[in-house]
Amino acid sequence: MSAAPIDHGLEDPAGTARLRADAVSLGYDRTTVVHDLSVAVPDGKVTVIVGGNGCGKSTLLRGMARLLRPQGGAVLLDGEAVHTVPTRKVAQKLGLLPQNPIAPEGVTVVDLVGRGRHPHQSALRRWGRDDDTAVAEALALTDTTDLAERVVDELSGGQRQRVWIAMALAQGTDLLLLDEPTTYLDVAHQVEMLDLLADLNERAGTTIVMVLHDLNLSARYADHLVAMKEGRIVAEGTPATVVTEAVVREVFGLESRVIPDPVSHTPLVVPVGRHLGRPGSSVGPALAKEL
Amino acid sequence: MTAVEERPASVLVRTPPDVDRVRRARRGPRRRHALVIAGLAAVTFAALAVNLLLGDYTYTFPDAVRILAGVGIDRPTAEFILLQQKLPRALVALCVGLCFGAGGAVFQTVLRNPLASPDIVGISVGASAAAVFALLALGLRGNVVAVAAAVGAIGTALLVRWVAGGIGSYRLVLVGVGISAAMISVVHYLFTRAAVFDAQLALRWLTGSVSGAGWPEVRILLAVLAVLLPVLWWSGRALRITELGEDAATGLGVTSRRAELLMFVAVLLVAAGVAGAGPVSFLAFLAGPIARGLNAGRTSIAGAALVGATLLLGADYVGQYLIGDVNVPAGVLTGAVGAPFLLWLMARGASGRSPR
Repeated sequence: MSAAPIDHGLEDPAGTARLRADAVSLGYDRTTVVHDLSVAVPDGKVTVIVGGNGCGKSTLLRGMARLLRPQGGAVLLDGEAVHTVPTRKVAQKLGLLPQNPIAPEGVTVVDLVGRGRHPHQSALRRWGRDDDTAVAEALALTDTTDLAERVVDELSGGQRQRVWIAMALAQGTDLLLLDEPTTYLDVAHQVEMLDLLADLNERAGTTIVMVLHDLNLSARYADHLVAMKEGRIVAEGTPATVVTEAVVREVFGLESRVIPDPVSHTPLVVPVGRHLGRPGSSVGPALAKEL
Repeated sequence: MTAVEERPASVLVRTPPDVDRVRRARRGPRRRHALVIAGLAAVTFAALAVNLLLGDYTYTFPDAVRILAGVGIDRPTAEFILLQQKLPRALVALCVGLCFGAGGAVFQTVLRNPLASPDIVGISVGASAAAVFALLALGLRGNVVAVAAAVGAIGTALLVRWVAGGIGSYRLVLVGVGISAAMISVVHYLFTRAAVFDAQLALRWLTGSVSGAGWPEVRILLAVLAVLLPVLWWSGRALRITELGEDAATGLGVTSRRAELLMFVAVLLVAAGVAGAGPVSFLAFLAGPIARGLNAGRTSIAGAALVGATLLLGADYVGQYLIGDVNVPAGVLTGAVGAPFLLWLMARGASGRSPR
């Protein structure tokens, strides 16, 4: 496998980023999904990884979260390879919300969020005042205080996802990785979730790395966008530089027009496709002209 | 980038952190769990008392206390029966019940599957096959057979783990069921070649029974529990994290190696139980879900251990005294209760939600 001949436009030439992948190759058994990839996660920013199905974006995130052992290269956290550091020590610095976490039957919201404190506890020091405080703060940040006594199985999808984020927050890390945190949510809850993460980043300075499916929401919420295809980075940088018609064509194989999002002024991808609306579905020439 | 003119207000209405509410909310489930444990401990003690005081030889409570305290009541036969027969038998039932209850619940919790109990993934049948092999094919008798059963349990567990290639739940259950079937055919083959008398001896290693248990068994079981229960308590904290799924657990600093260690402790508990009383059918399978049911659906390993003890003490009492003139092995009764329970669990699973 040859190295990806791409100018990453790294924002971190000095190598000061706390979390970075250094020529990492990742995969399952004998197949390699991510090839020799290097990326630096800007500290205190929201980084979003996008790409088509099977491009290796989740695999990259799993590698960063030490869920996968690299086949080559390394993921460095504060200069140390994550998969060689005791996993508990990593858990004190790096939070993770995986794609399908399992809520144990009958577990209450406080109990679940409290489990996020595990890396800070030991067999002798099981639960303390600071744990109560951390849980209360995580509940407040995610607006789940009123759900505290509820059983997680009985919550709606959006509430449940907020509770999981609260658990990751209770872990009290400066870095948070999220694998498709909006997957099972409707569009209103997707926006709510991303607003929450953006707030968190702004207020607490938490570095966030997430994989998202929706390119337009990614463009709106990312400081730093990483576009992947076939296990390699195709483009990287601010949404304005990454989300172009050429990159969308290369990454997704989709013809599109990129216009400014009328709400956020970030790039908005409008797919072309072969059908241009059913008869009678047009909003009329007036609005069309406005765009 | 241009600034947004009017930023939409966040959907979230934030309240300030409320530490008191967190404390209060944490207290509810903990109090319930404490009550469940206290209640189960009382029931277990009551079952133990019933096994000692009632039956073919009955004792008044003061008499029993005096005999146990070593004071004596001038009736040597009564003293002998209580101290040398009833007491060790009841204590073996207690210890074996604790072993199976705790071990089974750890299996079900780590594998996140109520079907993944040691009975169903072949560990009990493995113990049976090893014991029957020792008895019938090697002609061994006595304690060696119990050791063979324990070795069989551990060996089968390792085999299932190795073939399944990990402790990912579904594969492990399927491999376990397959290996169970193979072990059953080993048992059947051995039986076809056995003399009637030997077959009678071997039967105990198929269903499980505490009849004929004496002080040596009690001592060994107590020693094993004295080591394994603290280990389980020590590592039990990680159990609450492994429940969240492998990825989330790793994120919180608990590797799958930790889960395997917990499973190994559970296998040792089950092996000790099997050595003490044979593979008491479905005991490990029943205890966990019953304890969960009492604890509002939440996992309770301690609760499961006490449920296991109560069930075995109860089954032994019923089998000895309440069913006609015959002595029915405890394992036959737990099996009779366990099979419909298994069907109920499957039917409940099919309907999706658990009843509350």
